[in-house]
Amino acid sequence: MARKKVREYTGKQLLLRQLQRLGMAGNLGASFGAGRCAQVAAENLSTSGTPDGFYAALAAAHPWLTTTRLVIKPDMLFGKRGKNNLVLLNADYSAAQAFISARMGTDVEVGGVTGTLSSFVIEPFVPHSAEYYLNIATDRAGDVLRFGAAGGVDIEEHWDSVREVLVRAPDPTSLDGGDEGRSGGSGGGGHDALGGGGHPAVLPTLSASSVEVCAVIPDDDPAIPADHVPVLREFLASCYAVYASLDMTLLEMNPLAVDEAGAPAPLDIRVELDTYAAFKNGKLWGGSTVTGGGSLEFPEPWGRAKCPEETAVDALDENSGASMKLSVLNPAGRIWTMVAGGGASVIYADTVVDMGYGAELGNYAEYSGNPKQNETYMYARTLLSLVTANPDGRRRVLLVGGGVANFTDVAATFTGIIQALKDYHGKLQAARVRVLVRRGGPNYKAGLAMMEEVGRELAISVDVYGPETNMTKIVELGIDWIKGDPAGAPVPAAA
Amino acid sequence: MMDRLSAIWYVPSQRIRVVSEVRCLEPCDCVGGYLRGRRVAPVFLPHSPFSCFATAEQEPLLPPLVCSTLSVAAMAPPPAPAQTADGSGGASLFSPTTRALFYNYKAASVQRMLDFDYVCRRSAPSVAAVITPGAPAGGFVKAFFGSTEVALPVFPTTAAAAAAAPDADVFINFASYRSAYASSLTAVQVPSIRTLVIIAEGVPERHTKMLIAAAAAAGKTIIGPATVGGVQAGAFKIGDAAGTVDNIVTCKLHRPGSVGFVSKSGGLSNEMYNVLARTTDGLFEGIAVGGDAYPGTTLADHVRRFQALPQVKLIVVLGELGGDDEYIIADELAAGSITKPLVAWVSGTCAPWFNAAEVQFGHAGAKSTSANDADGSGNARDGSASTKLAALRAAGATVPESFEGFADAISGAYAKLQAAGEVGDKDAADASVAPRALPADYPSALRSGAVRKTTNIVCTISDDRGEEPTYASVPLSELMTPSYGVGDALSLLWFKKLLPPWASRFIELVLVTAADHGPCVSGAHNTIVAARAGKDLISSLCSGLLTIGPRFGGAVDAAAIAFKDAQERGVPPDEFVEGLKKCGRRVEGIGHRIKTAENRDKRVELLSRYAAEAFPSTHVLAYAKSVEAYTLTKASNLVLNIDGCIGALFVDMLMTADQFSPAEVDEVLELGALNGIFVVSRSIGLVGHALDQRRMKQPLYRHPWDDVLYASPERPPPREHYVQATAAAAAAAAANGAAGEGLDD
Repeated sequence: MARKKVREYTGKQLLLRQLQRLGMAGNLGASFGAGRCAQVAAENLSTSGTPDGFYAALAAAHPWLTTTRLVIKPDMLFGKRGKNNLVLLNADYSAAQAFISARMGTDVEVGGVTGTLSSFVIEPFVPHSAEYYLNIATDRAGDVLRFGAAGGVDIEEHWDSVREVLVRAPDPTSLDGGDEGRSGGSGGGGHDALGGGGHPAVLPTLSASSVEVCAVIPDDDPAIPADHVPVLREFLASCYAVYASLDMTLLEMNPLAVDEAGAPAPLDIRVELDTYAAFKNGKLWGGSTVTGGGSLEFPEPWGRAKCPEETAVDALDENSGASMKLSVLNPAGRIWTMVAGGGASVIYADTVVDMGYGAELGNYAEYSGNPKQNETYMYARTLLSLVTANPDGRRRVLLVGGGVANFTDVAATFTGIIQALKDYHGKLQAARVRVLVRRGGPNYKAGLAMMEEVGRELAISVDVYGPETNMTKIVELGIDWIKGDPAGAPVPAAA
Repeated sequence: MMDRLSAIWYVPSQRIRVVSEVRCLEPCDCVGGYLRGRRVAPVFLPHSPFSCFATAEQEPLLPPLVCSTLSVAAMAPPPAPAQTADGSGGASLFSPTTRALFYNYKAASVQRMLDFDYVCRRSAPSVAAVITPGAPAGGFVKAFFGSTEVALPVFPTTAAAAAAAPDADVFINFASYRSAYASSLTAVQVPSIRTLVIIAEGVPERHTKMLIAAAAAAGKTIIGPATVGGVQAGAFKIGDAAGTVDNIVTCKLHRPGSVGFVSKSGGLSNEMYNVLARTTDGLFEGIAVGGDAYPGTTLADHVRRFQALPQVKLIVVLGELGGDDEYIIADELAAGSITKPLVAWVSGTCAPWFNAAEVQFGHAGAKSTSANDADGSGNARDGSASTKLAALRAAGATVPESFEGFADAISGAYAKLQAAGEVGDKDAADASVAPRALPADYPSALRSGAVRKTTNIVCTISDDRGEEPTYASVPLSELMTPSYGVGDALSLLWFKKLLPPWASRFIELVLVTAADHGPCVSGAHNTIVAARAGKDLISSLCSGLLTIGPRFGGAVDAAAIAFKDAQERGVPPDEFVEGLKKCGRRVEGIGHRIKTAENRDKRVELLSRYAAEAFPSTHVLAYAKSVEAYTLTKASNLVLNIDGCIGALFVDMLMTADQFSPAEVDEVLELGALNGIFVVSRSIGLVGHALDQRRMKQPLYRHPWDDVLYASPERPPPREHYVQATAAAAAAAAANGAAGEGLDD
């Protein structure tokens, strides 16, 4: 996925550091401008001896913790924290610690998703007179600026008052007049070698007096005090520069306060980054966090605790030129998939659900991009450990599916799967797994023949189908197999 | 630097067949080309590497031709297609004459394009030129067009490629995600390029959006990023789209059908081509727009094109969850701007079963649901598959209940069209265009067992194909254990034997003993001179090695053979020496420049002592010593030298190691293996000398004058005299009336 969220803590660091780099940090709220934001994460608490030791060290690094009133919130990529009673306002440091320790590690349900609280953020409590809503989001045609005078927890009720304007993506060919520096079609390769690839000259910029900024922060909105207008316009223009230069796809502040000194102070912030731009932004992003060795943390979405198998596949994927994905949906499920291709894998899962057996779907798994034999082997092993983990005497099916490959050598990828099947000889029988294969593409006949052969060798049921059979036919066959199980009826359910 | 260069057709059996037109940009007016194997211009491109082909033909030169008269009708690339001539209003991106510029050469992908071209009977390959950043001008890459090999010109820049192939209006960009932006931006600005295909996955969104803006301003079409491309059946195929030739024929992509297909996924496109071949008269054109959030052209953009293309009778769309593209199609269907029958499926109906946090829906804005409720109907257009399917169904698209029903839905829509007379029977077009059979690629034919061939090379000493290399079937890991040494590696690779430890140790001792003999011997001297002349290490080493021969270090074999032969035949030493002398031959292995009976060669002594202790027997050495005893009576420096000692002991080693038959021993000697021992050993010292000189940065060596005796001969007669003498002889011959007969000058 190209767009990934970062924590509020990270987002604020990214914003402040980049404003400073761009020379736009001149007029910021004192607390935000000084970077007053502290993180309390479960892993830090557990690695620093006692919590008291950790908090003492934190206070030493952030002296303001003991001298100002504080705000404490979970920092777990979910919103509506106030409404869920998860924000402590205007507290002192010991109350903050008590608030966090009462909640750290507990499970809460937010927006229908249950997760475990593991990260909090502490900031100074900023008295302020006004709360605004600021949002910059990517759009195919450019970027959309949104601004509302009625920011805060009730923004959805005031959505009609939010103004929005599109900032068109610039046409880089018309920006710098001549072709100098770009002529010579292959220049790209050369630029790349220097680690660039970015063309800072063509980053879109907005001035505080530009039409777009003035359109969302007009002079004549009675809800915006006149002395706030120039401050907010300048801040919005600055935020847009940060947003564009860091390849953000979302920068939202709700609320954006104007503090008692008349300076902008983002109280809450949401940031999404385009991870495709990581190759050129490594330093800008990495240098902006204090986590780990300087690389940016992209936390899992709220409520998404990864099982060891998923983590293992993530690691495989990370270190491979190919793509390998695994999500476990139901460890007790009896329909398991290992499908080639990002598009086809979704359709296999769709078909299981559409046929009424979503509750039996064990996983979503996708591999593509011509993985090496060893990679498919490791991947298939991981998957088979899940398929065979629960030998309860009932039938299971493994769907080794895929469309007609364009260029992936089917036989080569199957070789890795076959190796893994051999490793699970015995366990496959114990879990009563039937393997159904459907695939086409280069060398598919040899691949299918090899799969049939391993079925005979291991004495497991393997049936193979080529491109002449509908891609999802094996889903139907698989469901028939578990339906016919005398040991237990499956669980049909509607989506 | 070439100005215009059309594809050069290279026929191995006939050399160059046709170069349609070539002109060199250098101010030399060189114009050249080949016409049916004959060179047609006197000066053939001195500035281009293509001139190397000029020497391949030994045919008489024809009078020079002017560029414009070089017409090569049969093979010349077709002219650029007239845009919108088909009345599609610019909707047509490809045709059977479309040619492409291929950026960042990928051999397999280019070959797949040309294979498609050949199978669907295109007259010329669809790849006009290859762009490789930083490539030297004038290069080319080879590819097959059927069984003929063609040379595709390679250019360092897109501008140069476009200038050489102005009719190529498709730019296929295989650049990485890092450089896709810059290379595409350049291509957008090249006037002759109308369509760009960006293959890379991982292009930053901001880059893509700016490319979209640039393409919009320039009126150009971008397909991708993150796409496999697309195919127009029987006309043009992008890169790896539509897979192998088998698949192309199975899916009937070698001839046009009447279905326009568009999807996000390249893998599913190919799957659907297969479905379309079974359910309809086949694909007219299929496009995968790519899986990114902002593809250069959207599903809706291509649906609009299909609406405008007269050849497309049925539109098939395979969408997926996320984004709002399908709603745009639904709106245009409902509004009546899309009138052709449209069958659609949207994948992702399983999403509700997934953890909601895992699947990214719709827009990132705070209120994406409300913000997208553009029609005010209250129907939230949330990007979910089910909502999209409902919208398409409501707008009049044919939408099945599940993907399983997609093929039947398409089949039904086609049947309706056929009933209305819009399309023919789905198999009707099959007879009209038969695919041209493509020769099998040798590697795949070999894999499938369809062909066999004799090998050109046999290797019996090593194998690098398995998990680890083996020397004479002994795995390297075994040889790297402490009980083995370089002597074992040598004997495995040279003799295919694993020798007893004493024998291996002997080989190693020899290697150590002969590794160097100071800077003054011929080989080392030459190495030093070469190194000081600034030559590289290998040249310096070779300079020394090439000195090894009968007089320097190369006598080991000869000595071994001679001593062994005489010892076996029981020739008394004196007869042996005198016999050689009678034939005018030296006694190899005997004699040293400085060593004498009193001042023995230490190396000979040490090797002899080792052999006495370790060898089961040393008959040949004993014989050599007896020869030495005789020669010493003639002169005190006629000692057994290191060559003779090594030679004799090597024969003893071979004969007593219990591994070699007598015939094998002779074979080893005849093959010259023993000289090899000296070469390997002395290389160590020669490399040392070369490194030594280079390390000290020694200047060029010049031999001093006073070390040379200059002894010039008398001056030969002056040339005038010679010329006069010849002329006089000729005159005499002419006078004799037998002109030139017997005259040899």
